Amino acid sequence: MSAAPQKARAGAERIDVTVSAVVPVNDLVTRFEFTRADGRPFPPFSPGAHTVVEMQDGGRTRLNPYSLMSDPSDPTTYAISVRRDDAGRGGSLFMHRNVKPGDAMTLSYPVNLFPLDRRARKHVFIAGGIGITPFLAMIAHLEHLGGAWELHYASRNRALGSYVEDLTAKYPHKVHAIFDEDGEAIALEDLLDGQPLGTHVYVCGPAGMIKWVHDTATAHGWPAENVHSEEFLAPQPGKPFEVRLCKSDIVIQVGENESLLEAMERCGVDAPFLCRGGACGQCETEVVEADGTFDHRDHWLEEDDHASGKKIMPCVSRFIGETLVLDR
Amino acid sequence: MSTFQFPPSIRSRPVYGTLAPRPGKAHLMIADAEGAEAILSLAGQGPGLMAKTHVIYIPKGTGETYVDQLRALKSAQFYTGPTYAASVQRIRRVLSDAHMGLQVYLAGTEGLMGQAEAEAIAAGIPHSAIQTEHRGSVARRMQCVHCKGITEDVMTDPFTCAHCGLNLFVRDHYSRRLAAFQGVCVDAEDPGNVPEPRELYS
Repeated sequence: MSAAPQKARAGAERIDVTVSAVVPVNDLVTRFEFTRADGRPFPPFSPGAHTVVEMQDGGRTRLNPYSLMSDPSDPTTYAISVRRDDAGRGGSLFMHRNVKPGDAMTLSYPVNLFPLDRRARKHVFIAGGIGITPFLAMIAHLEHLGGAWELHYASRNRALGSYVEDLTAKYPHKVHAIFDEDGEAIALEDLLDGQPLGTHVYVCGPAGMIKWVHDTATAHGWPAENVHSEEFLAPQPGKPFEVRLCKSDIVIQVGENESLLEAMERCGVDAPFLCRGGACGQCETEVVEADGTFDHRDHWLEEDDHASGKKIMPCVSRFIGETLVLDR
Repeated sequence: MSTFQFPPSIRSRPVYGTLAPRPGKAHLMIADAEGAEAILSLAGQGPGLMAKTHVIYIPKGTGETYVDQLRALKSAQFYTGPTYAASVQRIRRVLSDAHMGLQVYLAGTEGLMGQAEAEAIAAGIPHSAIQTEHRGSVARRMQCVHCKGITEDVMTDPFTCAHCGLNLFVRDHYSRRLAAFQGVCVDAEDPGNVPEPRELYS
């Protein structure tokens, strides 16, 4: 065993905060700003980091990851921007409807799964919609350092382009705003062409956009190491199923609208997690026995891991079948 | 063929592959001596590859053996240099003018590949994206860990540091930054007790 102190609970350490501002950005997006309840400075974070917001929604605890969009050099405030998803699982609706200035909430310590590569000569950011949020922190950070960057930001239209006015006003020569409804599209091939050696590209947006950027960059001879992406998956609903957790020695039911991880937590099992979106790998769990079909939805496991039936990421993946026994 | 199968060693020791064409906007091939054979083989695998390629070749001891064959590949640019030191200015210039989408292929001796790799890394290419293929001599570029002087083309173990004169043991411990293996004093505790030098991999 390591000498490191054992954490009392799974996930990153938590911070008690007070909601200091709730600012509507447009029809879909609202910004939430937080200060620390104990008045101390927030822990520093590196741009690209996210925090897991704990929401007490009636009897249900919701834990949703959101990218920190505030300036990393400001230790007094953490800010996130939340896009309302009317068809989602309810976390974003809870934030929009229930969270008011002065409310007490709990955030996790920041975790960064989408860091800047400090070796880059230049950073090219490609954002789709609410995928702009990590880049706001990255841009603030690079502006302090004098780093080279450019942003290509696609949104539906000007009114729904969160922060697009601020960005184009402040950095008119670095920000390229693209509006889908005007028939515009990111000229990806052109913008990849001619970038100086040592450029890194970062993409945050819908899954199709992320794949498009990875595939196009590869075809243009970009090393995989120079292309970075982040996509949080929301756990999708599915048919209820039963799981036996052999270490905890209990049988639990996973409901239609909860994830396997959430079902474990509801039953008092302290399962590890960080991102809750299939990206970080923290919740990886060994399968002891399975008779049925896995519905793997994560970005973490390799394809052969998925095929092996020996591992599952309970934050997003599900199971259809008779028997599932996990080593948890 | 001028290939040599290096025995498995510690993790620090570089391993080399076989050059293969990759999609790219431009290609830079740097080779010395028998490394020319790897370039000739690579050129035959990618139609249209050489038209976007800059070849930098240092014949070393092979003289004119490969120069005409390499020239016949009709690469976009072809340069031969007498030594690596004479060619490095050109390598730096090519890298500083290059854009993303450049593919780098290195072939020949470990010293050439290591030094050219360090230049490419300094220019912003991740080392894992640089292809290498060893050909020809197994001579090593060694750094004396005591005086820090570099001795090129070391063929025996132990050897004498060209700078400080210590008797150095040839280690597989490698520095990507220096493009050199470590040479460590072999008779520090018992000066003069130096094993008979043996040729590397003999």
